[in-house]
Amino acid sequence: MLQLSINGEARTFAGPLTVTALIDQLGFTGRRVALERNGEIVPRSQHAATELADGDVVEMVVAVGGG
Amino acid sequence: MTQTPDLFQIAGKTYGSRLLVGTGKYKDFTETRAAIDASGAEIVTVAIRRVNIGQTAGEPSLLDYLPPSEFTYLPNTAGCYSSDDAIRTLRLARELLDGHPLVKLEVLGDPNTLYPNVRETLKAAEVLVKEGFDVMVYTSDDPIIARELEQIGCCAIMPLASLIGSGMGILNPWNLRLIIEQSKVPVLVDAGVGTASDAAIGMELGCDGVLMNTAIAGARDPIRMARAMKLAVEAGREAYLAGRMPKKLYSADPSSPLAGMIASKA
Repeated sequence: MLQLSINGEARTFAGPLTVTALIDQLGFTGRRVALERNGEIVPRSQHAATELADGDVVEMVVAVGGG
Repeated sequence: MTQTPDLFQIAGKTYGSRLLVGTGKYKDFTETRAAIDASGAEIVTVAIRRVNIGQTAGEPSLLDYLPPSEFTYLPNTAGCYSSDDAIRTLRLARELLDGHPLVKLEVLGDPNTLYPNVRETLKAAEVLVKEGFDVMVYTSDDPIIARELEQIGCCAIMPLASLIGSGMGILNPWNLRLIIEQSKVPVLVDAGVGTASDAAIGMELGCDGVLMNTAIAGARDPIRMARAMKLAVEAGREAYLAGRMPKKLYSADPSSPLAGMIASKA
């Protein structure tokens, strides 16, 4: 089991889990999102190859209306 | 008569519209799109925020209504109070928008006035310019700070006209003019515009463009106000280029000929 913090929320997932799989499980596949893992950006090209580890802190963002 | 084209360039790219608009505070995405179409804006600001984890898949997003293929996105750092947060936000924005380097940097100093923290803004600008971002920077109307931001390498200086979202208009045209006269990069009024005449005055002062959000989104009829702003920015620019007549103090100057008047009755 993996305990992750996603946008400040504690979430548990079955491991192993890549970034691509995480985005899929959260329902954001195909959506334009950007992701930080422990303060470092994981480029889209690395999503499939990046395995998340227990305790990772993930930030996932989108573009929203703003001025 | 042939006119030399009046080009508006930001970071090497030419735009037809000098009006830049925000995408916040609209009733829904349909209204956002309609207002932006009416404004004629080509550059639109967006904010970067956490995804809503509980969001149902397939819920519409801003990007569906304003495709990045049709508009130039200007991701901002609204809500950031430190250079670190602003830098992180814009790195995420660049990743989100496939390496797109044009960004709006704003680092706030106070939640009540949303006045910029220029010390943090300068720090963030240094890092972002070194990392290859094209930084359009929101700042106070202090000409010394504006000059430092230009020296750091920001591609546009965007002083406030008055507080963000206040609609108070251009409170210090003198400072704006000082910044315009010294700057070699475009100067845009960012924040404070309330109605069309404010935008026109900014352009008549010689601003290269105007950025606004609430003035349009907060109007009773946002789509109509968007059109008004488009016309105001164009009118102000034309007036600036035309060169206004000199002001004549303490006496009038008739527009009609003095000669050829009919005789007055005796």
